[in-house]
Amino acid sequence: MIQFFLMVNKQGQTRLSKYYEHVEINKRTLLETEVIRSGLSRSNEQCSFIEFKDFKLIYRQYATLFIVVGVNDTENEMTIYEFIHNFVEVLDEYFSRVSELDIMFNLDKVHIILDEMVLNGCIVETNRARILAPLLILDKMSES
Amino acid sequence: MALKMVKGSIDRMFDKNLQDLVRGIRNHKEDEAKYISQCIDEIKQELKQDNIAVKANAVCKLTYLQMLGYDISWAAFNIIEVMSASKFTFKRIGYLAASQCFHEGTDVIMLTTNQIRKDLSSPSQYDTGVALTGLSCFVTPDLARDLANDIMTLMSHTKPYIRKKAVLIMYKVFLKYPESLRPAFPRLKEKLEDPDPGVQSAAVNVICELARRNPKNYLSLAPLFFKLMTSSTNNWVLIKIIKLFGALTPLEPRLGKKLIEPLTNLIHSTSAMSLLYECVNTVIAVLISLSSGMPNHSASIQLCVQKLRILIEDSDQNLKYLGLLAMSKILRTHPKSVQAHKDLVLQCLDDKDESIRLRALDLLYGMVSKKNLVEIVKKLMSHVDKAEGTTYRDELLTKIIDICSQCNYQHITNFQWYISVLVELTRLEGTRHGHLIAAQMLDVAIRVKAIRKFAVSQMSALLDSAHLVASSTQRNGICEVLYAAAWICGEFSEHLQEPQQTLEAMLRPKVTTLPGHIQAVYVQNVVKLYASILQQKEQAAEPEAAQDVTQLMVERLPQFVQSADLEVQERASCVLQLVKHIQKLQAKDVPVAEEVSALFAGELNPVAPKAQKKVPVPEGLDLDAWINEPPSDSESEDEKPKAIFHDEEQRHAKQRQPEAEEEELARRREARKQEQANNPFYIKSSPSPQKRYQDMPGVEHIPVVQIDLSVPLKVPGMPVSDQYVKLQEEREHRQRPEKDRRRRKKKDKDKRGKPRRHSSLHTESDEDIAPAQRVDIVTEEMPENALPSDEDDKDPNDPYRALDVDLDRPLADSERLPVQKHRNAETTKSPEKEDVPFVEKKIKKPRKKEKKHREKEREKKEKRKEEKEGEDFDFWLSTAPLPAAAPAPAPVRARESLERTLSPLPLREGARSPGERSEATRTRTETMSGTPRRLRSIRRRSPRRRRRRRDPRTRRSPRRSSLQVKRRQSPWRTARSLTSLSRPCPATASWPRTPTSR
Repeated sequence: MIQFFLMVNKQGQTRLSKYYEHVEINKRTLLETEVIRSGLSRSNEQCSFIEFKDFKLIYRQYATLFIVVGVNDTENEMTIYEFIHNFVEVLDEYFSRVSELDIMFNLDKVHIILDEMVLNGCIVETNRARILAPLLILDKMSES
Repeated sequence: MALKMVKGSIDRMFDKNLQDLVRGIRNHKEDEAKYISQCIDEIKQELKQDNIAVKANAVCKLTYLQMLGYDISWAAFNIIEVMSASKFTFKRIGYLAASQCFHEGTDVIMLTTNQIRKDLSSPSQYDTGVALTGLSCFVTPDLARDLANDIMTLMSHTKPYIRKKAVLIMYKVFLKYPESLRPAFPRLKEKLEDPDPGVQSAAVNVICELARRNPKNYLSLAPLFFKLMTSSTNNWVLIKIIKLFGALTPLEPRLGKKLIEPLTNLIHSTSAMSLLYECVNTVIAVLISLSSGMPNHSASIQLCVQKLRILIEDSDQNLKYLGLLAMSKILRTHPKSVQAHKDLVLQCLDDKDESIRLRALDLLYGMVSKKNLVEIVKKLMSHVDKAEGTTYRDELLTKIIDICSQCNYQHITNFQWYISVLVELTRLEGTRHGHLIAAQMLDVAIRVKAIRKFAVSQMSALLDSAHLVASSTQRNGICEVLYAAAWICGEFSEHLQEPQQTLEAMLRPKVTTLPGHIQAVYVQNVVKLYASILQQKEQAAEPEAAQDVTQLMVERLPQFVQSADLEVQERASCVLQLVKHIQKLQAKDVPVAEEVSALFAGELNPVAPKAQKKVPVPEGLDLDAWINEPPSDSESEDEKPKAIFHDEEQRHAKQRQPEAEEEELARRREARKQEQANNPFYIKSSPSPQKRYQDMPGVEHIPVVQIDLSVPLKVPGMPVSDQYVKLQEEREHRQRPEKDRRRRKKKDKDKRGKPRRHSSLHTESDEDIAPAQRVDIVTEEMPENALPSDEDDKDPNDPYRALDVDLDRPLADSERLPVQKHRNAETTKSPEKEDVPFVEKKIKKPRKKEKKHREKEREKKEKRKEEKEGEDFDFWLSTAPLPAAAPAPAPVRARESLERTLSPLPLREGARSPGERSEATRTRTETMSGTPRRLRSIRRRSPRRRRRRRDPRTRRSPRRSSLQVKRRQSPWRTARSLTSLSRPCPATASWPRTPTSR
């Protein structure tokens, strides 16, 4: 099960955070700082899996953005690793060449995308067209 | 363009939307906090307005601020207001905010029940979807109870989109409201065979999570899952199913036998690394659970190990890491097959990645044998020297100690070597694990009698050079070893060559800079040393020398008396008085040595933990009977005169005695145990103070086997452990002719039934190397009914415990999910409902009576089916595996065709299954390196393609996705490009975009 999903930039600023188990707000900030610190301290020669407290972190770096997923010990690391890439591909398709700013400006939409893909800590959808369907309908609604 | 779209007509009405807020924060780098607090004030104003659009916008901004770490719980009520907006665009913002900040402690959450119910039954699938998504984040036990039935109904919704979500939410509902599991389970099971693969995968996900916690309740589903596994081509689902089987097999070994074949087939055929990894993991789990009677048992293990070797040899660090991780699982049960790959593991020790090195270290732990221990430790020691970070070095150190001390020092043939390794480790700077080394030194010196002389000589050398250890980096953990050194030198002072020199070393003024507990040990052991010196001198008839030693003590001890540490001070004062008294006696020429040594007469014997259990309770002794009946609580509160009180108590006691029932006794026993645990003077199962540093359990009365040393013990000074490599070789050589004789000897010992070191894991070749010394106390000598860990490992607060229910038992009426009794929004016609398609309405609101009836019918059917299944399960297990392409004509074909059109993960171009993508990504990294410079892909969309994207009905054509570029960006290469992002960006317009993109 996925415990949390984070997008953090190199300066340690959170760009997206989603927790699938409730975490106190002040603990969140603390956790995010620790997570990004452990991510930043690694070079690209190192593997993308970190053992962190009682969960595993799986991260990927895209430009200055880190996507970090915390999972419990039963999750298959490789799946999550590929899921992250899938997620970025979907973002890329929707925003057509996504940037950090796109994510900040459209936080709510990124959340919709993520919610379509992950529910309750489980990966539910990986097909890009299906993930984007609700969002495109929404866009139409607000256009009209 | 997208921004403009969002910036609809309404948006212009208020001054600041989310984009403005983000921009504002970026422009106020210096006074961010101030700017945000100003924004929050504005938001508060906006929330007071009646316009729902303004409110939604405010809540949207709050969500962003919440992400930045600001508490927005004060706006909970406003969030609920936005949630109940009729327009979906606003509603979703409300639900998003709620899912981010609501939790069980949010009190307004109970206000949402009806709103959520309304949304769940909304005609628009997206309303329902957003409510379900939100619910998954903030469901409380109350919400779960009230909404369980609604969600369960949604599990049979016409739209797979809703079914899928409803199925997944049920997992959260089960957790919060365990009573719902049994009523909902039949339907959940149905969903495993849902025509939509998405729903199927969701159901697999939920059952997997449930089964992982309480596997035995889900065993009956195994045939169904087996069918799914052999028929599904969706890797994500396969991974989940295989994981589930991993949880089930320990309970049913026959299942494991059945699984081996399809799993090995998968391992052979799949190109997806994630699937391969999962298969290997499950095969390992299966093999662990199986007894070794499997015919192709070793073949499967070999296959796994081979595949893992490929992973480990891969240049991708991720695969390497996973390979090592899985390898360590095999190691636990099949050490031999892993040991063949020692070269590979040693190679990984040189890897650049620390986490990979740590994994390799884990593996090494199980790979050592008597033969290679010295070599491996030598290699590790060289790594210790060049390790850059202290954390990694500490890890190495603990691993060295773990490796050497495992299974009661099973692999150590020469303890002199081990002591030298330990002494070498003390030269590490800045390690935290001094106490570990100290514990090992004490343990070895106490338990291996033959080594004491050597140990003492090493320890006295260590004490001599204590300034090196203690002063280099102050207060570091390594000075803990002095604790052990001082104790060993004191306790076994008879082995000291130059006791006087050691005594002086221990009385140096520098010692007072050590931590208190070490000084205390120093003081105590100084006396032991002193006693043995006195005896020596008196035997040699050198009274002057004896008096000199006393004088030295009298001069130096006051430095300890002044210590700030209470323990040191107290011990030193006592000792000082004692020595002064001795001095007086010595002045009168009275021989004192006898009496002083009597202070430390007798040998300290280590005792096994829980040895107390070995002492039988004498007959006729009831430990639970009161010796004096204690006054009851109420009586003790009375303020009567003492005499009367006493009398009464006795009377009471007489009355009460017959009442003391079993239950009461048990309670008292528990209380007594508690009391004992808290009583420091009660002899508990924990080791005695002398043994505090000793990890290994043992029992005092084990006959001690004295073995003649085959190595001379006189090795002066600090040895380098390397010399033992040579020594060992020599000894091996020498021992070969003696082998037979030793075997005979060993047999004799076996007959006498003397406990020897645990040898079940010894390989034949290992036996050839006889240990030079013996460990006295063995682990296996535990009291019969005591285990090293006696505690119950089940956590009573485990939320999954409540879900441990029998799922096959037919449902009782009382267990039915509460159905809402009052008419509510669901039945009152809302204006939106007018245009609901007929079919949906029908499905959504089956008349209650009808539904009940239907459910009953289903239940009966289910019951019958399950009974049948119970019998079938045994039959299924006992038969040979079904042919993989079991003809299940109609449904399978239907599913296949659906998969072709709908599959979330068709194995075609677009969304590749996990592993293949990884392959693609990896090869792409090699070929494309250097090309992509930014997060943005280099692909350019033609306007036509763009239009297509907006149309949800169009499927991607193969051509298009082949244009897609998969990137796995090197962070360093791209770092430059996006740094521009972090500088303030006045407007989006300045953000460079290709003209064609928007």
